[in-house]
Amino acid sequence: MSAIAQQHAIQTGRGSLAGRVSDFLWKHPHVFLTILLGPPLLWLGIIYLGSLLALLLQSFFSIDDYSGLINYEFTLATYRQLLNDANFDIIIRTILMAAIVTLFSAVIAFPIAYYAARYARGKWKVIFYLGVMLPLWSSYLVKIYAWKLILAKEGILTWLVTKLNLLWLLDAWLSLPVIGGNSLSVSYTGTFIVFVYVWMPFMILPIQAALERVPTNLIEASSDLGGTPQQTFRHVLFPLALPGIVAGSIFTFSLTLGDYIIPQIIGSSRLFIGQAVYAQQGTAGNIPLAAAFTVVPIVIMGLYLWMARRMGAFDAL
Amino acid sequence: MRSDKFTSAPLGLKLAAAGGLLFLHLPLLLIFLYAFTTEEKSYQFPPPGLTLKWFAVTWERADVWQALWLSVRVASISTMIALVLGTLCAAAVSQTRFFGRETISLLVILPIALPGIITGIALRSAFSLADIPFSFWTIVLGHATFCIVVVYNNAVARFRRVSGSLMEASMDLGANGFQTFRYIILPNIGTALLAGGMLAFALSFDEVIVTTFTGGQQSTLPIWMLQELIRPRQRPVTNVVAMVVVIVTFLPILGAYYLTRDGDQIAGSGK
Repeated sequence: MSAIAQQHAIQTGRGSLAGRVSDFLWKHPHVFLTILLGPPLLWLGIIYLGSLLALLLQSFFSIDDYSGLINYEFTLATYRQLLNDANFDIIIRTILMAAIVTLFSAVIAFPIAYYAARYARGKWKVIFYLGVMLPLWSSYLVKIYAWKLILAKEGILTWLVTKLNLLWLLDAWLSLPVIGGNSLSVSYTGTFIVFVYVWMPFMILPIQAALERVPTNLIEASSDLGGTPQQTFRHVLFPLALPGIVAGSIFTFSLTLGDYIIPQIIGSSRLFIGQAVYAQQGTAGNIPLAAAFTVVPIVIMGLYLWMARRMGAFDAL
Repeated sequence: MRSDKFTSAPLGLKLAAAGGLLFLHLPLLLIFLYAFTTEEKSYQFPPPGLTLKWFAVTWERADVWQALWLSVRVASISTMIALVLGTLCAAAVSQTRFFGRETISLLVILPIALPGIITGIALRSAFSLADIPFSFWTIVLGHATFCIVVVYNNAVARFRRVSGSLMEASMDLGANGFQTFRYIILPNIGTALLAGGMLAFALSFDEVIVTTFTGGQQSTLPIWMLQELIRPRQRPVTNVVAMVVVIVTFLPILGAYYLTRDGDQIAGSGK
Protein backbone atom coordinates (compact mmCIF):
# COMPACT_ATOMS: atom_id res chain seq x y z
CA MET A 1 0.00 0.00 0.00
CA SER A 2 2.62 2.52 1.05
CA ALA A 3 4.81 1.42 -1.85
CA ILE A 4 2.06 2.32 -4.29
CA ALA A 5 1.50 5.69 -2.63
CA GLN A 6 5.23 6.42 -2.76
CA GLN A 7 5.49 5.56 -6.40
CA HIS A 8 2.53 7.74 -7.18
CA ALA A 9 3.99 10.70 -5.32
CA ILE A 10 7.25 10.38 -7.19
CA GLN A 11 5.75 10.03 -10.61
CA THR A 12 4.07 13.41 -10.50
CA GLY A 13 5.78 16.67 -11.21
CA ARG A 14 9.53 16.00 -11.47
CA GLY A 15 10.41 16.63 -15.06
CA SER A 16 13.92 18.09 -14.95
CA LEU A 17 16.99 15.95 -15.55
CA ALA A 18 18.10 16.26 -11.93
CA GLY A 19 14.64 15.26 -10.83
CA ARG A 20 14.57 12.23 -13.11
CA VAL A 21 18.02 11.14 -11.90
CA SER A 22 17.05 11.43 -8.26
CA ASP A 23 13.78 9.60 -8.89
CA PHE A 24 15.71 6.81 -10.55
CA LEU A 25 18.07 6.55 -7.59
CA TRP A 26 15.15 6.55 -5.16
CA LYS A 27 13.52 3.66 -6.99
CA HIS A 28 16.78 1.74 -7.28
CA PRO A 29 18.44 1.95 -3.86
CA HIS A 30 21.06 -0.59 -4.91
CA VAL A 31 22.29 1.65 -7.69
CA PHE A 32 22.37 4.56 -5.26
CA LEU A 33 24.34 2.51 -2.72
CA THR A 34 26.79 1.44 -5.41
CA ILE A 35 27.40 5.06 -6.42
CA LEU A 36 27.98 6.05 -2.78
CA LEU A 37 30.19 3.12 -1.84
CA GLY A 38 31.90 2.52 -5.14
CA PRO A 39 34.62 5.20 -5.07
CA PRO A 40 35.76 4.71 -1.45
CA LEU A 41 35.66 0.92 -1.76
CA LEU A 42 37.58 0.94 -5.01
CA TRP A 43 40.19 3.25 -3.48
CA LEU A 44 40.65 1.30 -0.26
CA GLY A 45 40.19 -2.09 -1.91
CA ILE A 46 42.62 -1.62 -4.77
CA ILE A 47 45.23 0.77 -3.40
CA TYR A 48 45.27 -0.32 0.23
CA LEU A 49 44.13 -3.94 0.46
CA GLY A 50 45.70 -4.71 -2.89
CA SER A 51 49.15 -3.59 -1.83
CA LEU A 52 48.75 -5.20 1.58
CA LEU A 53 47.92 -8.58 0.05
CA ALA A 54 50.74 -8.25 -2.47
CA LEU A 55 53.11 -7.63 0.44
CA LEU A 56 51.83 -10.58 2.45
CA LEU A 57 52.13 -12.87 -0.55
CA GLN A 58 55.78 -11.95 -0.86
CA SER A 59 56.44 -13.35 2.60
CA PHE A 60 55.88 -16.81 1.09
CA PHE A 61 58.69 -16.26 -1.40
CA SER A 62 62.33 -16.44 -0.48
CA ILE A 63 65.50 -14.67 -1.42
CA ASP A 64 68.30 -16.43 -3.22
CA ASP A 65 71.37 -16.18 -0.98
CA TYR A 66 73.82 -16.00 -3.88
CA SER A 67 72.19 -13.75 -6.44
CA GLY A 68 70.13 -11.65 -3.98
CA LEU A 69 67.11 -12.01 -6.27
CA ILE A 70 63.65 -13.01 -5.15
CA ASN A 71 62.80 -16.62 -5.87
CA TYR A 72 59.10 -16.69 -6.81
CA GLU A 73 58.23 -20.12 -5.49
CA PHE A 74 56.01 -20.90 -2.55
CA THR A 75 58.12 -21.67 0.49
CA LEU A 76 58.03 -21.34 4.26
CA ALA A 77 61.79 -20.82 4.42
CA THR A 78 61.38 -17.10 5.10
CA TYR A 79 59.21 -17.83 8.13
CA ARG A 80 61.83 -20.28 9.41
CA GLN A 81 64.36 -17.48 9.05
CA LEU A 82 62.01 -15.17 10.96
CA LEU A 83 62.13 -17.50 13.94
CA ASN A 84 65.91 -17.86 14.15
CA ASP A 85 67.50 -16.61 17.36
CA ALA A 86 68.48 -13.10 16.30
CA ASN A 87 65.12 -12.30 14.71
CA PHE A 88 63.15 -13.93 17.49
CA ASP A 89 65.02 -11.71 19.97
CA ILE A 90 63.86 -8.66 18.03
CA ILE A 91 60.25 -9.81 18.20
CA ILE A 92 60.36 -10.55 21.94
CA ARG A 93 62.14 -7.26 22.68
CA THR A 94 59.50 -5.29 20.76
CA ILE A 95 56.55 -7.04 22.39
CA LEU A 96 58.09 -6.57 25.83
CA MET A 97 58.65 -2.87 25.17
CA ALA A 98 55.10 -2.44 23.85
CA ALA A 99 53.69 -4.15 26.94
CA ILE A 100 55.70 -2.05 29.42
CA VAL A 101 54.92 1.17 27.53
CA THR A 102 51.21 0.28 27.60
CA LEU A 103 51.32 -0.44 31.33
CA PHE A 104 53.02 2.84 32.22
CA SER A 105 50.79 4.80 29.85
CA ALA A 106 47.74 3.43 31.64
CA VAL A 107 49.17 4.37 35.05
CA ILE A 108 49.95 7.95 33.97
CA ALA A 109 46.76 8.40 31.95
CA PHE A 110 44.34 7.13 34.58
CA PRO A 111 44.50 10.07 37.05
CA ILE A 112 44.17 12.59 34.20
CA ALA A 113 41.17 10.74 32.76
CA TYR A 114 39.61 10.24 36.20
CA TYR A 115 39.93 13.89 37.16
CA ALA A 116 38.59 15.05 33.78
CA ALA A 117 35.65 12.63 33.95
CA ARG A 118 34.56 13.17 37.54
CA TYR A 119 35.78 16.50 38.89
CA ALA A 120 36.46 18.85 35.99
CA ARG A 121 33.45 21.01 35.12
CA GLY A 122 32.84 23.88 32.72
CA LYS A 123 36.01 25.76 31.93
CA TRP A 124 38.24 23.08 33.44
CA LYS A 125 36.63 20.39 31.32
CA VAL A 126 37.65 22.36 28.20
CA ILE A 127 41.14 22.94 29.56
CA PHE A 128 41.59 19.24 30.23
CA TYR A 129 40.21 18.28 26.82
CA LEU A 130 42.44 20.67 24.89
CA GLY A 131 45.30 19.88 27.27
CA VAL A 132 45.14 16.31 26.04
CA MET A 133 44.26 17.02 22.40
CA LEU A 134 47.04 19.51 21.66
CA PRO A 135 49.94 17.22 22.63
CA LEU A 136 48.12 14.26 21.04
CA TRP A 137 47.93 16.01 17.67
CA SER A 138 51.14 18.00 17.70
CA SER A 139 53.89 16.88 15.42
CA TYR A 140 55.32 13.43 16.12
CA LEU A 141 58.83 14.45 15.05
CA VAL A 142 58.78 17.65 17.08
CA LYS A 143 57.86 15.60 20.15
CA ILE A 144 60.81 13.30 19.55
CA TYR A 145 63.04 16.32 18.94
CA ALA A 146 61.93 17.85 22.25
CA TRP A 147 63.12 14.71 24.03
CA LYS A 148 66.40 14.80 22.18
CA LEU A 149 66.87 18.26 23.69
CA ILE A 150 65.86 17.01 27.14
CA LEU A 151 67.86 13.79 27.24
CA ALA A 152 71.07 15.12 25.65
CA LYS A 153 74.13 14.98 27.92
CA GLU A 154 74.33 18.77 28.07
CA GLY A 155 70.52 19.12 28.20
CA ILE A 156 67.98 20.16 30.77
CA LEU A 157 67.66 16.81 32.53
CA THR A 158 71.35 16.55 33.38
CA TRP A 159 71.27 20.21 34.46
CA LEU A 160 68.29 19.55 36.76
CA VAL A 161 69.80 16.39 38.21
CA THR A 162 73.07 18.22 38.90
CA LYS A 163 71.23 21.07 40.64
CA LEU A 164 69.45 18.53 42.83
CA ASN A 165 72.76 16.78 43.60
CA LEU A 166 71.39 13.52 42.23
CA LEU A 167 73.95 12.99 39.49
CA TRP A 168 75.18 9.83 41.25
CA LEU A 169 71.67 8.36 40.92
CA LEU A 170 71.53 9.03 37.17
CA ASP A 171 75.00 7.56 36.73
CA ALA A 172 74.05 4.49 38.75
CA TRP A 173 70.98 4.03 36.57
CA LEU A 174 72.99 4.39 33.37
CA SER A 175 75.56 1.84 34.54
CA LEU A 176 72.86 -0.83 34.84
CA PRO A 177 73.09 -3.54 32.19
CA VAL A 178 70.51 -3.63 29.34
CA ILE A 179 68.50 -0.53 30.33
CA GLY A 180 71.54 1.73 30.81
CA GLY A 181 74.00 3.20 28.34
CA ASN A 182 76.38 6.08 27.71
CA SER A 183 73.66 8.67 28.14
CA LEU A 184 69.88 8.55 28.38
CA SER A 185 69.50 9.41 24.70
CA VAL A 186 71.28 6.21 23.63
CA SER A 187 69.68 3.85 26.14
CA TYR A 188 66.54 1.73 26.34
CA THR A 189 65.40 3.95 29.19
CA GLY A 190 65.37 6.89 26.81
CA THR A 191 63.49 4.93 24.14
CA PHE A 192 60.96 3.89 26.76
CA ILE A 193 60.38 7.46 28.04
CA VAL A 194 59.82 8.80 24.54
CA PHE A 195 57.47 5.94 23.62
CA VAL A 196 55.39 6.65 26.73
CA TYR A 197 55.39 10.38 26.03
CA VAL A 198 54.35 10.06 22.40
CA TRP A 199 51.68 7.34 22.75
CA MET A 200 50.27 7.95 26.24
CA PRO A 201 47.77 10.68 25.14
CA PHE A 202 45.98 8.03 23.06
CA MET A 203 45.16 6.25 26.33
CA ILE A 204 43.49 9.18 28.11
CA LEU A 205 40.32 9.77 26.06
CA PRO A 206 39.09 6.13 25.96
CA ILE A 207 39.58 5.79 29.75
CA GLN A 208 37.79 9.09 30.27
CA ALA A 209 34.89 7.92 28.08
CA ALA A 210 34.59 4.70 30.11
CA LEU A 211 34.77 6.53 33.45
CA GLU A 212 32.15 9.08 32.41
CA ARG A 213 29.68 6.25 32.06
CA VAL A 214 30.21 5.06 35.66
CA PRO A 215 27.23 6.32 37.70
CA THR A 216 28.32 8.38 40.72
CA ASN A 217 25.90 6.56 43.00
CA LEU A 218 27.82 3.31 42.47
CA ILE A 219 30.88 4.93 44.06
CA GLU A 220 28.72 6.37 46.84
CA ALA A 221 27.04 3.02 47.43
CA SER A 222 30.41 1.39 47.77
CA SER A 223 31.56 3.83 50.43
CA ASP A 224 28.17 3.71 52.18
CA LEU A 225 28.62 -0.02 52.47
CA GLY A 226 31.93 0.57 54.21
CA GLY A 227 34.35 0.25 51.31
CA THR A 228 37.59 2.16 51.74
CA PRO A 229 38.69 4.29 48.76
CA GLN A 230 41.18 1.55 47.88
CA GLN A 231 38.49 -1.12 47.93
CA THR A 232 36.13 1.07 45.89
CA PHE A 233 38.85 1.55 43.33
CA ARG A 234 39.72 -2.14 43.13
CA HIS A 235 36.25 -3.63 43.10
CA VAL A 236 34.09 -0.93 41.50
CA LEU A 237 35.98 1.71 39.55
CA PHE A 238 38.78 -0.33 38.00
CA PRO A 239 36.60 -3.14 36.59
CA LEU A 240 34.27 -0.56 35.03
CA ALA A 241 37.18 1.41 33.56
CA LEU A 242 38.87 -1.71 32.20
CA PRO A 243 37.18 -1.65 28.75
CA GLY A 244 38.45 1.92 28.34
CA ILE A 245 41.97 0.91 29.35
CA VAL A 246 41.90 -1.99 26.91
CA ALA A 247 40.61 0.31 24.14
CA GLY A 248 43.42 2.78 24.82
CA SER A 249 45.97 0.01 24.98
CA ILE A 250 45.08 -0.97 21.40
CA PHE A 251 46.66 2.31 20.31
CA THR A 252 49.68 2.35 22.63
CA PHE A 253 50.46 -1.30 21.91
CA SER A 254 50.01 -1.17 18.14
CA LEU A 255 51.84 2.12 17.70
CA THR A 256 54.83 0.97 19.78
CA LEU A 257 54.90 -2.34 17.94
CA GLY A 258 55.42 -0.76 14.52
CA ASP A 259 57.50 2.31 15.30
CA TYR A 260 60.98 2.52 13.83
CA ILE A 261 61.78 6.22 14.11
CA ILE A 262 61.83 6.64 17.90
CA PRO A 263 64.28 3.76 18.59
CA GLN A 264 66.41 4.96 15.67
CA ILE A 265 66.78 8.49 17.03
CA ILE A 266 66.72 7.82 20.76
CA GLY A 267 67.91 4.36 21.63
CA SER A 268 70.63 1.77 21.59
CA SER A 269 71.79 -0.14 18.53
CA ARG A 270 69.61 -3.17 19.24
CA LEU A 271 66.71 -3.32 16.78
CA PHE A 272 62.95 -3.32 17.14
CA ILE A 273 60.51 -4.91 14.64
CA GLY A 274 59.94 -1.66 12.76
CA GLN A 275 63.68 -1.09 12.33
CA ALA A 276 64.15 -4.69 11.19
CA VAL A 277 61.46 -4.25 8.54
CA TYR A 278 63.04 -0.99 7.43
CA ALA A 279 66.53 -2.49 7.24
CA GLN A 280 65.37 -5.66 5.45
CA GLN A 281 63.47 -3.81 2.72
CA GLY A 282 66.06 -1.08 2.34
CA THR A 283 69.76 -1.85 2.69
CA ALA A 284 69.36 -5.65 2.78
CA GLY A 285 66.86 -5.70 -0.10
CA ASN A 286 65.18 -8.76 1.39
CA ILE A 287 61.52 -7.97 0.73
CA PRO A 288 60.26 -11.48 1.64
CA LEU A 289 61.81 -11.30 5.12
CA ALA A 290 60.57 -7.71 5.58
CA ALA A 291 57.09 -8.90 4.59
CA ALA A 292 57.30 -11.82 7.04
CA PHE A 293 58.31 -9.37 9.78
CA THR A 294 55.23 -7.23 9.09
CA VAL A 295 53.06 -10.31 9.55
CA VAL A 296 54.11 -10.38 13.23
CA PRO A 297 52.42 -7.10 14.25
CA ILE A 298 49.41 -7.92 12.06
CA VAL A 299 48.92 -11.28 13.80
CA ILE A 300 49.53 -9.84 17.27
CA MET A 301 47.12 -6.96 16.66
CA GLY A 302 44.54 -9.39 15.22
CA LEU A 303 44.67 -11.46 18.41
CA TYR A 304 44.67 -8.32 20.51
CA LEU A 305 41.62 -6.85 18.76
CA TRP A 306 39.81 -10.16 19.07
CA MET A 307 40.46 -10.23 22.82
CA ALA A 308 39.56 -6.56 23.19
CA ARG A 309 36.28 -7.16 21.39
CA ARG A 310 35.41 -9.98 23.78
CA MET A 311 36.06 -7.64 26.70
CA GLY A 312 33.71 -5.03 25.26
CA ALA A 313 36.46 -2.50 24.62
CA PHE A 314 34.95 -1.29 21.35
CA ASP A 315 32.01 0.31 23.13
CA ALA A 316 34.50 2.58 24.89
CA LEU A 317 36.09 3.87 21.69
CA MET B 1 21.05 15.77 42.74
CA ARG B 2 24.55 14.85 41.80
CA SER B 3 26.71 15.29 44.81
CA ASP B 4 30.06 15.38 43.03
CA LYS B 5 29.63 19.07 42.27
CA PHE B 6 30.20 19.78 45.92
CA THR B 7 33.08 17.45 46.61
CA SER B 8 36.55 18.31 45.50
CA ALA B 9 39.14 15.87 44.35
CA PRO B 10 41.58 14.28 46.78
CA LEU B 11 44.95 16.01 46.80
CA GLY B 12 46.80 12.96 45.48
CA LEU B 13 44.55 12.76 42.44
CA LYS B 14 44.95 16.48 41.75
CA LEU B 15 48.72 16.19 41.90
CA ALA B 16 48.80 13.09 39.69
CA ALA B 17 46.51 14.69 37.08
CA ALA B 18 48.44 17.96 37.08
CA GLY B 19 51.73 16.06 36.91
CA GLY B 20 50.47 14.07 33.94
CA LEU B 21 49.45 17.20 32.06
CA LEU B 22 52.76 18.90 32.86
CA PHE B 23 54.58 15.82 31.53
CA LEU B 24 52.68 16.29 28.28
CA HIS B 25 53.25 20.03 27.94
CA LEU B 26 56.68 20.91 29.34
CA PRO B 27 58.65 19.23 26.53
CA LEU B 28 56.67 21.24 23.97
CA LEU B 29 57.35 24.49 25.85
CA LEU B 30 61.06 23.67 25.75
CA ILE B 31 60.85 23.77 21.94
CA PHE B 32 59.78 27.41 22.21
CA LEU B 33 62.75 28.27 24.42
CA TYR B 34 65.28 26.57 22.16
CA ALA B 35 64.08 28.50 19.09
CA PHE B 36 65.71 31.59 20.67
CA THR B 37 68.98 30.11 21.90
CA THR B 38 72.32 31.49 20.76
CA GLU B 39 74.01 28.10 21.12
CA GLU B 40 74.73 26.53 17.73
CA LYS B 41 76.63 23.33 18.35
CA SER B 42 74.87 21.54 21.19
CA TYR B 43 71.61 21.30 23.10
CA GLN B 44 73.07 23.15 26.10
CA PHE B 45 70.72 24.09 28.94
CA PRO B 46 70.27 26.77 30.17
CA PRO B 47 70.82 28.59 26.85
CA PRO B 48 73.86 30.91 27.04
CA GLY B 49 71.85 33.73 25.47
CA LEU B 50 68.71 34.54 23.56
CA THR B 51 68.46 35.89 20.00
CA LEU B 52 66.00 36.40 17.16
CA LYS B 53 68.71 35.88 14.57
CA TRP B 54 67.69 32.31 13.64
CA PHE B 55 64.22 33.36 12.55
CA ALA B 56 65.79 35.52 9.84
CA VAL B 57 68.20 32.73 8.84
CA THR B 58 65.35 30.22 8.58
CA TRP B 59 63.30 32.69 6.53
CA GLU B 60 66.10 32.78 3.94
CA ARG B 61 66.43 29.00 3.64
CA ALA B 62 65.11 27.80 0.27
CA ASP B 63 65.09 24.11 1.28
CA VAL B 64 62.75 24.81 4.20
CA TRP B 65 60.35 26.73 1.95
CA GLN B 66 60.39 23.97 -0.68
CA ALA B 67 59.63 21.29 1.90
CA LEU B 68 56.88 23.42 3.44
CA TRP B 69 55.29 24.08 0.06
CA LEU B 70 55.35 20.39 -0.89
CA SER B 71 53.75 19.49 2.46
CA VAL B 72 51.00 22.06 2.01
CA ARG B 73 50.22 20.85 -1.53
CA VAL B 74 50.20 17.17 -0.51
CA ALA B 75 48.03 17.86 2.53
CA SER B 76 45.54 19.97 0.52
CA ILE B 77 45.04 17.44 -2.26
CA SER B 78 44.92 14.47 0.14
CA THR B 79 42.38 16.29 2.29
CA MET B 80 40.15 16.96 -0.73
CA ILE B 81 40.26 13.31 -1.83
CA ALA B 82 39.63 12.16 1.74
CA LEU B 83 36.69 14.59 2.07
CA VAL B 84 34.95 13.15 -0.98
CA LEU B 85 35.63 9.49 -0.23
CA GLY B 86 35.05 9.78 3.54
CA THR B 87 31.72 11.59 3.11
CA LEU B 88 30.47 9.09 0.52
CA CYS B 89 31.38 6.22 2.80
CA ALA B 90 29.79 7.85 5.86
CA ALA B 91 26.61 8.58 3.90
CA ALA B 92 26.35 4.99 2.72
CA VAL B 93 26.97 3.51 6.16
CA SER B 94 24.62 5.82 8.07
CA GLN B 95 21.82 6.35 5.56
CA THR B 96 21.33 2.85 4.25
CA ARG B 97 21.34 -0.65 5.63
CA PHE B 98 23.24 -3.32 3.83
CA PHE B 99 25.11 -6.50 4.42
CA GLY B 100 28.69 -5.94 5.57
CA ARG B 101 28.42 -2.46 7.08
CA GLU B 102 30.68 -3.45 9.96
CA THR B 103 33.31 -4.61 7.49
CA ILE B 104 33.30 -1.19 5.81
CA SER B 105 34.04 0.56 9.10
CA LEU B 106 36.87 -1.86 9.75
CA LEU B 107 38.29 -1.33 6.25
CA VAL B 108 38.28 2.46 6.68
CA ILE B 109 40.02 2.27 10.08
CA LEU B 110 42.60 -0.34 9.06
CA PRO B 111 45.10 2.09 7.45
CA ILE B 112 45.65 3.86 10.78
CA ALA B 113 45.04 0.85 13.04
CA LEU B 114 47.94 -1.06 11.51
CA PRO B 115 51.39 0.44 12.13
CA GLY B 116 52.35 3.03 9.52
CA ILE B 117 55.38 1.06 8.44
CA ILE B 118 53.11 -1.71 7.13
CA THR B 119 51.06 0.71 5.02
CA GLY B 120 54.25 2.32 3.81
CA ILE B 121 56.13 -0.80 2.81
CA ALA B 122 52.98 -2.34 1.24
CA LEU B 123 52.52 0.73 -0.97
CA ARG B 124 56.19 0.86 -1.82
CA SER B 125 56.36 -2.73 -2.94
CA ALA B 126 53.11 -2.31 -4.88
CA PHE B 127 54.55 0.74 -6.67
CA SER B 128 57.67 -1.18 -7.59
CA LEU B 129 55.65 -4.22 -8.76
CA ALA B 130 53.50 -1.97 -10.94
CA ASP B 131 56.52 0.05 -12.14
CA ILE B 132 55.08 3.33 -10.90
CA PRO B 133 57.88 5.89 -10.35
CA PHE B 134 57.81 7.95 -7.13
CA SER B 135 56.19 11.34 -7.56
CA PHE B 136 54.00 13.92 -5.91
CA TRP B 137 51.04 11.64 -6.61
CA THR B 138 52.51 8.56 -4.93
CA ILE B 139 52.76 10.61 -1.71
CA VAL B 140 49.16 11.82 -2.11
CA LEU B 141 47.96 8.25 -2.74
CA GLY B 142 49.30 7.11 0.63
CA HIS B 143 48.18 10.16 2.57
CA ALA B 144 44.61 10.18 1.22
CA THR B 145 44.25 6.52 2.21
CA PHE B 146 44.80 7.13 5.92
CA CYS B 147 43.07 10.54 5.93
CA ILE B 148 39.72 9.02 4.89
CA VAL B 149 39.15 7.71 8.41
CA VAL B 150 39.16 11.11 10.20
CA VAL B 151 36.65 12.59 7.73
CA TYR B 152 34.60 9.41 7.95
CA ASN B 153 34.50 9.44 11.77
CA ASN B 154 33.38 13.06 11.93
CA ALA B 155 30.79 12.68 9.17
CA VAL B 156 29.31 9.48 10.63
CA ALA B 157 28.94 11.10 14.05
CA ARG B 158 27.10 14.05 12.51
CA PHE B 159 24.91 11.98 10.16
CA ARG B 160 23.67 10.14 13.24
CA ARG B 161 22.33 13.42 14.64
CA VAL B 162 20.68 14.61 11.41
CA SER B 163 17.13 13.35 11.64
CA GLY B 164 15.88 11.31 8.69
CA SER B 165 12.50 13.06 8.81
CA LEU B 166 14.18 16.32 7.69
CA MET B 167 15.15 14.70 4.41
CA GLU B 168 11.74 13.09 3.99
CA ALA B 169 10.09 16.45 4.59
CA SER B 170 12.29 18.03 1.94
CA MET B 171 11.39 15.29 -0.54
CA ASP B 172 7.68 15.58 0.33
CA LEU B 173 7.81 19.30 -0.36
CA GLY B 174 8.97 18.56 -3.88
CA ALA B 175 12.75 18.86 -3.71
CA ASN B 176 14.72 16.32 -5.67
CA GLY B 177 17.69 14.46 -4.24
CA PHE B 178 20.25 17.05 -5.35
CA GLN B 179 18.26 19.94 -3.89
CA THR B 180 17.83 18.02 -0.63
CA PHE B 181 21.57 17.47 -0.51
CA ARG B 182 22.33 21.11 -1.28
CA TYR B 183 19.82 22.76 1.08
CA ILE B 184 19.25 20.21 3.85
CA ILE B 185 22.12 17.75 4.21
CA LEU B 186 25.10 19.97 3.40
CA PRO B 187 24.21 22.77 5.88
CA ASN B 188 23.73 20.12 8.57
CA ILE B 189 26.98 18.26 8.05
CA GLY B 190 29.06 21.22 6.84
CA THR B 191 30.86 22.01 10.10
CA ALA B 192 31.59 18.31 10.71
CA LEU B 193 33.16 18.07 7.26
CA LEU B 194 35.19 21.21 7.85
CA ALA B 195 36.42 19.83 11.17
CA GLY B 196 37.22 16.46 9.60
CA GLY B 197 39.04 18.22 6.77
CA MET B 198 41.15 20.25 9.21
CA LEU B 199 42.13 17.12 11.10
CA ALA B 200 42.91 15.30 7.87
CA PHE B 201 45.11 18.23 6.85
CA ALA B 202 46.92 18.13 10.20
CA LEU B 203 47.38 14.36 9.94
CA SER B 204 48.82 14.57 6.43
CA PHE B 205 50.95 17.63 7.20
CA ASP B 206 52.66 15.73 10.03
CA GLU B 207 52.96 12.29 8.43
CA VAL B 208 56.46 10.90 8.13
CA ILE B 209 56.46 7.09 8.23
CA VAL B 210 54.40 6.36 5.13
CA THR B 211 56.04 9.28 3.30
CA THR B 212 59.55 7.86 3.73
CA PHE B 213 58.39 4.87 1.67
CA THR B 214 56.34 6.66 -0.99
CA GLY B 215 58.24 9.92 -1.42
CA GLY B 216 61.37 8.94 -3.30
CA GLN B 217 63.84 11.83 -3.30
CA GLN B 218 61.35 14.57 -2.45
CA SER B 219 61.18 16.00 1.05
CA THR B 220 58.04 17.11 2.77
CA LEU B 221 58.56 19.15 5.94
CA PRO B 222 58.47 16.09 8.24
CA ILE B 223 61.01 14.31 6.01
CA TRP B 224 63.23 17.41 6.21
CA MET B 225 62.86 17.31 10.02
CA LEU B 226 63.71 13.61 10.12
CA GLN B 227 66.87 14.16 8.11
CA GLU B 228 67.88 16.91 10.52
CA LEU B 229 67.20 14.61 13.45
CA ILE B 230 69.35 11.82 12.07
CA ARG B 231 72.16 14.04 10.75
CA PRO B 232 71.92 17.54 12.25
CA ARG B 233 73.31 20.19 9.90
CA GLN B 234 72.14 23.46 11.40
CA ARG B 235 70.51 22.92 14.77
CA PRO B 236 69.20 26.48 15.30
CA VAL B 237 67.23 26.30 12.03
CA THR B 238 65.70 22.98 13.14
CA ASN B 239 64.74 24.61 16.45
CA VAL B 240 62.89 27.41 14.67
CA VAL B 241 61.15 25.03 12.23
CA ALA B 242 60.08 22.80 15.15
CA MET B 243 58.48 25.78 16.91
CA VAL B 244 56.65 26.90 13.77
CA VAL B 245 55.35 23.35 13.22
CA VAL B 246 53.98 23.22 16.79
CA ILE B 247 52.11 26.49 16.27
CA VAL B 248 50.83 25.54 12.81
CA THR B 249 49.44 22.19 14.01
CA PHE B 250 47.70 23.79 17.01
CA LEU B 251 45.49 25.96 14.76
CA PRO B 252 43.51 23.21 12.97
CA ILE B 253 43.01 21.34 16.26
CA LEU B 254 41.56 24.41 17.96
CA GLY B 255 39.47 25.12 14.84
CA ALA B 256 38.10 21.59 14.72
CA TYR B 257 37.27 21.75 18.42
CA TYR B 258 35.28 24.98 18.12
CA LEU B 259 33.40 23.70 15.07
CA THR B 260 32.19 20.52 16.76
CA ARG B 261 32.08 21.34 20.48
CA ASP B 262 28.26 21.29 20.69
CA GLY B 263 28.14 17.76 19.33
CA ASP B 264 27.94 14.54 21.26
CA GLN B 265 31.20 13.49 19.71
CA ILE B 266 33.99 15.98 19.41
CA ALA B 267 36.31 15.91 16.45
CA GLY B 268 39.69 14.34 16.81
CA SER B 269 39.04 12.24 19.88
CA GLY B 270 40.60 9.36 17.99
CA LYS B 271 43.54 10.26 15.84
